[in-house]
Amino acid sequence: MDFRYIFLMRHELLLLVVALIILMVDLFTVGEKKTHLIKFSLILFTLGMLIGFIPVKPGVLFGGAFQGNALTDLFKDILNMAVLIVFLQSDGYLKKAENAGKVGEFFVLIILTLLGMDFMVSSGDFLTFFVGLETASIPVAGLVAYDRYKSRSAEAGVKLILLSAISSGVLLFGISLIYGATGSIYFSDIAKNVTASPLIILGFIFFISGMGFKISLVPFHLWTADVYEGAPINITAYLSVVSKGAAAFILTIILYKVFKNVTELWETAIYALAVLTMTVGNLFALRQDNIKRFLAFSSIAQAGFILVGIMGTGSLGMTSVVYFILIYVFTNLGAFGVAAAISNASGVETISGYNGLYLTNPRLSLIMMLSLFSLAGIPPIAGFFGKFFLFTSAGSHGYFILILIAVLNATVSLYYYLGVVKAMFINKNDTPIPYFRSSHFMRLSLLLCVAGLVFIGFAGGIFEYIMTASHLFF
Amino acid sequence: MNFLSLFVLVPVLTITGILFTRDLKGARLVSAVGMGIQLALAVFLVFYYFSIRGAGDLHEMVLTADYSWFPSLNIHYFIGVDGIAVAMIALTAIVIFAGVFASWEMEFLSREFFISLILLATGVFGFFISLDLFTMFLFYELAVIPMYLLIGIWGSGPKEASAMKLTLMLMGGSALLLVGILGIYFNSAPNGGAYTFNILQIAKIHMPIAAQRFFFPLTFVGFGVLGALFPLHTWSPSGHASAPTAVSMLHAGVLMKLGAYGCFRVAIYLMPEAAHQLAWIFIILTSISVVYGALGAIMQKDLKFINAYSSVSHVGLILFALLMMNKIAMDGAILQMISHGLMTALFFALIGMIYGRTHTRDIREIGGLMKVMPFLAVMYMVAGFASLGLPGFSGFVAEMTIFVGAFQHSDLFHRVASVIVVSSIVITAVYILRVVGKILLGPIKNEVHLNLKDASWFEKLSTTTLLIAIVGIGILPLWLSDTILNSLQPIMEKLTAYLH
Repeated sequence: MDFRYIFLMRHELLLLVVALIILMVDLFTVGEKKTHLIKFSLILFTLGMLIGFIPVKPGVLFGGAFQGNALTDLFKDILNMAVLIVFLQSDGYLKKAENAGKVGEFFVLIILTLLGMDFMVSSGDFLTFFVGLETASIPVAGLVAYDRYKSRSAEAGVKLILLSAISSGVLLFGISLIYGATGSIYFSDIAKNVTASPLIILGFIFFISGMGFKISLVPFHLWTADVYEGAPINITAYLSVVSKGAAAFILTIILYKVFKNVTELWETAIYALAVLTMTVGNLFALRQDNIKRFLAFSSIAQAGFILVGIMGTGSLGMTSVVYFILIYVFTNLGAFGVAAAISNASGVETISGYNGLYLTNPRLSLIMMLSLFSLAGIPPIAGFFGKFFLFTSAGSHGYFILILIAVLNATVSLYYYLGVVKAMFINKNDTPIPYFRSSHFMRLSLLLCVAGLVFIGFAGGIFEYIMTASHLFF
Repeated sequence: MNFLSLFVLVPVLTITGILFTRDLKGARLVSAVGMGIQLALAVFLVFYYFSIRGAGDLHEMVLTADYSWFPSLNIHYFIGVDGIAVAMIALTAIVIFAGVFASWEMEFLSREFFISLILLATGVFGFFISLDLFTMFLFYELAVIPMYLLIGIWGSGPKEASAMKLTLMLMGGSALLLVGILGIYFNSAPNGGAYTFNILQIAKIHMPIAAQRFFFPLTFVGFGVLGALFPLHTWSPSGHASAPTAVSMLHAGVLMKLGAYGCFRVAIYLMPEAAHQLAWIFIILTSISVVYGALGAIMQKDLKFINAYSSVSHVGLILFALLMMNKIAMDGAILQMISHGLMTALFFALIGMIYGRTHTRDIREIGGLMKVMPFLAVMYMVAGFASLGLPGFSGFVAEMTIFVGAFQHSDLFHRVASVIVVSSIVITAVYILRVVGKILLGPIKNEVHLNLKDASWFEKLSTTTLLIAIVGIGILPLWLSDTILNSLQPIMEKLTAYLH
């Protein structure tokens, strides 16, 4: 093995180094100095992220277990950016007195889960994939239970770890059946030998159930709302954007690469899951008042839209999924950022609590409105382009009925997104949330989100770049 | 830079300008200047267009510009106009200009109001210059969303419910439209080659008939919702009644025509065979729209409701005429788009001004306005006469042409539908004259109304602009009619080529 191949793993190695340095520095800072750790970690992580942008030639490591190419690199960069935004938004939360003693853990745990996701994204066999997935899942339970003295947070942590373990078991069982039928764990080898035999079908069902849990597809979504509500709001943002995005990405790759010879097998399953996920997610989102639960169900519905894009097998499908996730990062983090800022400043986490927000905090309201319109897919905000291309992808394989179901769902979703807009802009309130200024980091993160929302759609080059990367991948 | 792009750029710059203002005075000044420039551009465009045609340029679209946006999907920012689009742009420029002056005293969150209003107009202008389905769809949705805020925040009555109903129904329509557009896209290369959203290219190919049958209804209904196609018109009365004056003007005056224009430019033009085969369904629906809208207007007591139902009826007539699929009827349909756009905008402006004074729109509580505000009352009467199709105004020319076109079909079905639709003229006369008689003439019903003032300068400016255009078309219809007929030529050629 040539030494320079190690640069293929630069994202993972950098994350590991950053996590270890933060861990060490955390040991030697005490008391008041702990708040400086936030700045330190942010700078370190940003440095790591910037180094990750340096392009490296594609290649494989460990006999095909790890693969690096333009598409995986791009996706890791997207995840890095998302995590950076989450870190920036956590500033206010971490500075609270009750969190003073555990700032380091926050960064280390998140970076370690990100490490797992990066391995998962680059995996070339089911073993790397599974190890990456587990590395990504277990620290999350700790993060969800970060507010350890709040019973809801602790409950959410336990719920997540138990269900996560079960789903991993189901997933592993599915993988073992597939291994049994094809005699290999390497994606490329399985792809050659996969047929629609009963054993493979059974294995696939277990596999998709396990993945469905990770992406919170209906009917495997029941944990989502409780966990999202119990977790600290920044962790909820992380779960709904980074975890979900990475899992959706790897699912797309496995469906396209491993199961490419049995497309009709998984297309039926994804079709049904897409319809269920969009519809149920939407219907439950209609009546939520807690902003975290609301965004939880909205993100379930969004996952359904991703599945619609997956139906367009091929580089257009891959591109539309990655492009959508890229936009989704800015969109959802914009919405969560505003919710986190409000939660930090006033403790309000309900939609009815947002009544009359525009008159006191116009900028935050506008950012929230922009993000929600992006989620709903209203032009000229980026979300419109993301959704349009997902539908185009499904259309390229002739799934017009599915698109019709999806767009009607998008219309339903507009109802609840407009509900929040109505609360902020139209509803009257005698005691609205008073004006406040959030921290510089929070404002920087919101600025990044707005910039992403406004410019990504118009910059056709971004889409073209992803398209080129996807072409090379196939 | 292409001249047409200015029509999107100027509103965007105006919005940016409003961001830097502090209060109502600044915001309305910037809006008036911006939309004044826009109106001047539109007038210039009209003459520019004539000079291009006069110089012998016979292309279907002129002033075209093509920028690649997403090359791998063949999505372009492709713009250009023909005579019909020029007329629609001029209409929009007039109505938005009048709308700004009709909102001259919008005190509450005035900056936000003008920004939303002009954003709405940006979408409409962008829609009319687009020749790429993707760009067109983008601008179409852009026009729908500010509507929610405009009605929800600045509206009256049950505004939240009306705004939500309107937005959801229109977005539901655009959902169908999205499927329709994607369907057209993926059938745009039946002989191989790259798919395209380019309307001119798609018009050249022959789409498979099976695809046409599936996607024509989706596209037609998708645009039809915005044109208040029965039974999807229910957003219109409540939406118009709750909307602030300028929004009602723009919505009834321009946006509903945008729906009709889309039916014409996308659904019928690109899928003529399906349009021909399925026309009977929509002819029935639009005939119901026409008669039901007119009858609904008779029963209403609220001035805005009367006009909203009247708009359902008149826009139904436009869709009906388009479905006749012959040159005269289509010419009439487009004349009616312009004529009704101006007229209904004038109506809504006047209703807003009357409501601002009397604080009621109930026709049972208003009377004898002619004595206290002669200017507004005369304007209202003139708008009424134009609406019921009195010769000398634009409405007469348009409706006359439509009916002449409709009677070209000699089969029983078309004849019966045409006769039913013609009957709406009589019903229109009933509700217009009834309102004019009740609120303008007769004794003053409320003593307080004696102290009301007549129109101020900005209201006069707003209404006179519209009136000049209405009378202009009424007296010199051939000017407009010829332009439309010339632009209809390539479309008719395509229709006749595939239908006979």
